[in-house]
Order: sequence, then C-alpha cells, then structure tokens
Amino acid sequence: MSTRTLLSPAALARPRGKAVYWTVFTGTVLLFVIAFLFPVYWMVTGAMKSADEVARTPPTLVPERWHVSGYTDAWELMQLPEHLWNTVVQAAGAWLCQLVFCTAAAYALSKLRPAFGKVILGGILATLMVPAQALVVPKYLTVADLGLLNDPVAIWLPAVANAFNLYLLKRFFDQLPRDVLEAAEMDGAGRLRTLWSIVLPMSRPVLGVVSIFALVAVWQDFLWPLMVFSDTDKQPISVALVQLSQNIPLTVLIAAMVIASIPMVAMFLAFQRHIIAGIGAGSTKG
Amino acid sequence: MTDTAQRRTVAKVAVHPVQAPPPAGDRRRRRLADQARAYGFLVGGLVCFALFSWYPAIRAVVIAFQKYTPGGEPEWVGTANFTRVFQDPEFSAAWRNTLTFTLLALLIGFAIPFVLALVLNELRHAKAFFRVVVYLPVMIPPVVSALLWKWFYDPGTGLANEALRFLHLPTSNWSNGADTALASLVIVATWANMGGTVLIYLAALQSIPGELYEAAELDGANLLQRVRHVTIPQTRFVILMLMLLQIIATMQVFTEPFVITGGGPENATVTVLYLIYKYAFLYNDFGGACALSVMLLVLLGAFSAVYLRLTRTEGESA
Repeated sequence: MSTRTLLSPAALARPRGKAVYWTVFTGTVLLFVIAFLFPVYWMVTGAMKSADEVARTPPTLVPERWHVSGYTDAWELMQLPEHLWNTVVQAAGAWLCQLVFCTAAAYALSKLRPAFGKVILGGILATLMVPAQALVVPKYLTVADLGLLNDPVAIWLPAVANAFNLYLLKRFFDQLPRDVLEAAEMDGAGRLRTLWSIVLPMSRPVLGVVSIFALVAVWQDFLWPLMVFSDTDKQPISVALVQLSQNIPLTVLIAAMVIASIPMVAMFLAFQRHIIAGIGAGSTKG
Repeated sequence: MTDTAQRRTVAKVAVHPVQAPPPAGDRRRRRLADQARAYGFLVGGLVCFALFSWYPAIRAVVIAFQKYTPGGEPEWVGTANFTRVFQDPEFSAAWRNTLTFTLLALLIGFAIPFVLALVLNELRHAKAFFRVVVYLPVMIPPVVSALLWKWFYDPGTGLANEALRFLHLPTSNWSNGADTALASLVIVATWANMGGTVLIYLAALQSIPGELYEAAELDGANLLQRVRHVTIPQTRFVILMLMLLQIIATMQVFTEPFVITGGGPENATVTVLYLIYKYAFLYNDFGGACALSVMLLVLLGAFSAVYLRLTRTEGESA
C-alpha cells in the first residue's frame, strides 16, 4: 500500500512498533475467530451431536460421535426441500420482475423523456423516505384485496416497488452516452432492441449489484412472508423455521438453520470480491 | 469493453446517409408514438409502485381514522383509534423499548464497528480474511441468527452462560430476564449487522489523504489526537450517514424480539413494529395498527428526510 494511514510506516518498522503491530494483529484474528467464526462452527457441529450431548453442561467442543442424522431428519421432517423450493421460486421471481420492470422503467425515465417524467421520478424517490416496514399492514390489506395471499406473486410484484434499485439503474443509464443510443436508433434499432443489445450489455456491473440486492432481500426477509403466507406449504424457509422451531428436537432445528444459511453464504463466498467492493464503493459515492 | 462497443456502433453509423427530417404533419404523430412507447416501458414499474407503495401510504392514513375489518364496510371513527392505542399500556412500553433499543444499538452497535474499522485499516495482513469474516453474519438469514442466539441465551445449556462460568463470572438471565432482555437483543442485532457498517466505514477511511496524517504527526499530534483531529473530521459525513441509516433500521426492529423473546418477559422487548403486527394479526384491529403505523411513519420519515437532505447536498458539493 502506498497511502499511509493513522500509523506511519516508520513507526511500524521500529522493533517496538513491530511487536505492537503483531500483538494487535493476533488479537484481532482471535477476536474475529471467537466472535464470528466460532458461533458458526458451534451451529454446524451442534447439529451433529446427539440429542443428549447437545444438552450437556459443560458442553463438548467437538462432537464425541459425528451424527449426520440431524441433517437428514431436518431435510425430511421439516420438509426442507419444499420450503427451500418456495424460497427459490419467490426469490427468482422477485429478481426477474425487478430486472424486467425496474430496468424498463429506469430506461424510460433516463432516456425516453416521458411526459411528467420528473413528477414520476419524484414520486418514486419519495418512497425512499417511507421505510418499507412501516407500511406492511396497509400493503398486506392491498395484497389481500387483490387475492394474492399465499401466492408467490405477493412477493414478486411488491419487490418491483424498490426505489433504491430503480434509482441505481436510472443513474447508471444517465451516464451512458446519448450519441451511442441515437446511433443505434438511426441504424434502425427499435427502443427495445437498443435496450437489449446496447444498454444492457453496457450495464452489466449495475445489473449484478441489483441482482444480488434483490436475491438477498427476499431470502432474508421475514415479516412480509410471515404475514402473506399463512398456508404452511407455501412458506419460505425463514418463516417455516420459526413456525416449526417450537416442537422439533434441538439438533434437528440447528441442522435446518445450517441448511437455510448455506445458499446465501455460498453466494457470498463465490462473489465476495464484488459484493465487498460494491458495498464500499456504492455507499461512499452516495 | 464499453469503449469498443461504443466505437463499433459509432463507426457503423458514420457510413449511413443522414436521414431527411420527417414532414411537419408527421412530427406530432411521431411524438405521440414516442410517448406511448415510453409509457409502455414505464407501465409495469408504475403499476407496482402505485399498488404497493403509494396507495398503501395513503391507505395507512385513511384506515387510521376508520374501523376496518377486511371484507366489511369501513366506518369513520375520528381519532378513536389513536386514543385507544394511546391508552394501551403496551403502547408506552413499545415506544420506550424501541427508543432504548435504538439508543443502545447506537452506543454498542456503532462504537464497536467504528473502532474495529479503525483497527482493520491499520492491519497490513490478511485483509481479505477480515472483510469476509466480519460480513459473514450479515449473509446468515436474520431468522437463523435470532434462533442461534436464542439457543446461546438458554439459561441452562446455552453457550453465553457457559462462557461466563468459564470466566468465573456470575451467570445472567440474558433474553429471559426483564432487565437484560433488551440489551441481549441489541447484542444479537449488532453481531448480525455490523459487517455492513465496518465495510462502509473502512471504505471511507481509505479515502483520507495520507498527507493529513503526516502533517498532524509533524505537528506533534499523538495517536488519539490524530483520530480526533484528522480521522473523525475527514469521515464526518459517512459517520452521520451511517448513524441515521442505523437509527432508521433499528426503529423497525421486529425479527429479534419476535423470534427470541416473543415480546416478553413482561413486555420488556415489545417494539413498535411488533405492536403493529399484534394489533393487525392478533387483535384483528387494523385501525389501531394503521394509527401506530402512521406515528412510526412520521417519525421515520423525518429521519429519512434528514438523511436524503444530507446525501443530496454532499453529492452536489462533491
């Protein structure tokens, strides 16, 4: 690193500086392992202990015998395949709807100069001031009136009303040079064609960010699916976990918690560079 | 990649002859067709915003003054919903808990990530490890974090008391004690969410020019003075922004109390959003739920307005 930080490179090069640095470094690694990795380890191994061992005090650090039955029981008893599939359908649909409708709307607001475009954009940005959770009850009543309860559409369409993602897309489209789009038009490409073969390929980074936001939001959500899906067979995994947590053996519940965490953690580990860079960059630029 | 795509299209166009402008009579029809096409692109998004954002906001205010049962005819009741909600002993408990939660989350949940980011920014090794590990809990579904900590807080076999016993400290009731429940939930929320704060603050720290620290050092400023007179003023805006975002988020806390404590013991962890949920789905009192929603809306709206105002002015000056 060329830029210096709070500590000067000279201070760190001194023997005393080096000793302090390595002490702090080791301390931080230990803290991170204990605070963030150990709970995850405890969860993964807790699911592999026997029902008797998991309730023992003092607890065992490593399972005496490794049981996989917690995981297999969770898979079957709690109908995890069904609930995971529900979550996948809800998340994928919300992602697709956002990509189609938010992208189209952002493109129109950015490049097609619709009448009252400013008013519409203002109305969309105003919803940023209204935190989503405060409106869940009237939103629920609207979804009920439309007959969408216990239907994944109740997740898909409200997900489109995401001012943050729409504004992110619009701002990105604003930066695309107008002459490129006009050139494509003169070439005889229609608006849809221009969007599909010029704008979207140029927007891959922002589409990636929006996709990740969309998927994570649905997978992690709890209150809204709790309200909308009273039917147990339709519930996503987050709601099912809480509903079933009362009358299921502890090891089975823990195993189900591990399984429920795997998809998003795996996605994070696969795209960690992009996600971490995106969080830092997106936020400092406002 | 963007550059070549751009050049290719421009080059392709250059060989085309310039089109003649359309005759004047066609222009108006053409403009109308353009508008129709623009609205064709807009309509899907507009319908969703109208149905699930704009209309519910208006409806919350309307139903707050009605007696409303789904399917039945709504009835105007004036401010009766508000007075009924005000008289509910849970109302003051919920607001007190939510505000205490927000305040504690600011004290614990803001100071820790702030210090952690400062330390991480000084470490020259294993950078990727720290960033991935601190963000890992954010990726675990909130329901799973809540259930995990509920297990940790178990008074008998939980890890939290086990750790205290290991350190020869007196054990605690954690989420099961009326005095400690709210603080226990703040720990969960902090653990689960601080990754985002750390990463955003780290990015801000990296944008501080190194010369400022050099100059401060030449002036004889020690470590703490450098933090106070360089780091904090240089990242003032991000600190403020993160604080407001956190206030807005923690005022809407629901999952942790719902999953871990169920609002108890003795209403010690009922939050405003939890109370809204109870009014709607346990008492079937949608008027009361909407009256509460409107109150939360006004308060959070004020915070959001400040936040947007800040980001807007900073964006313009940058």
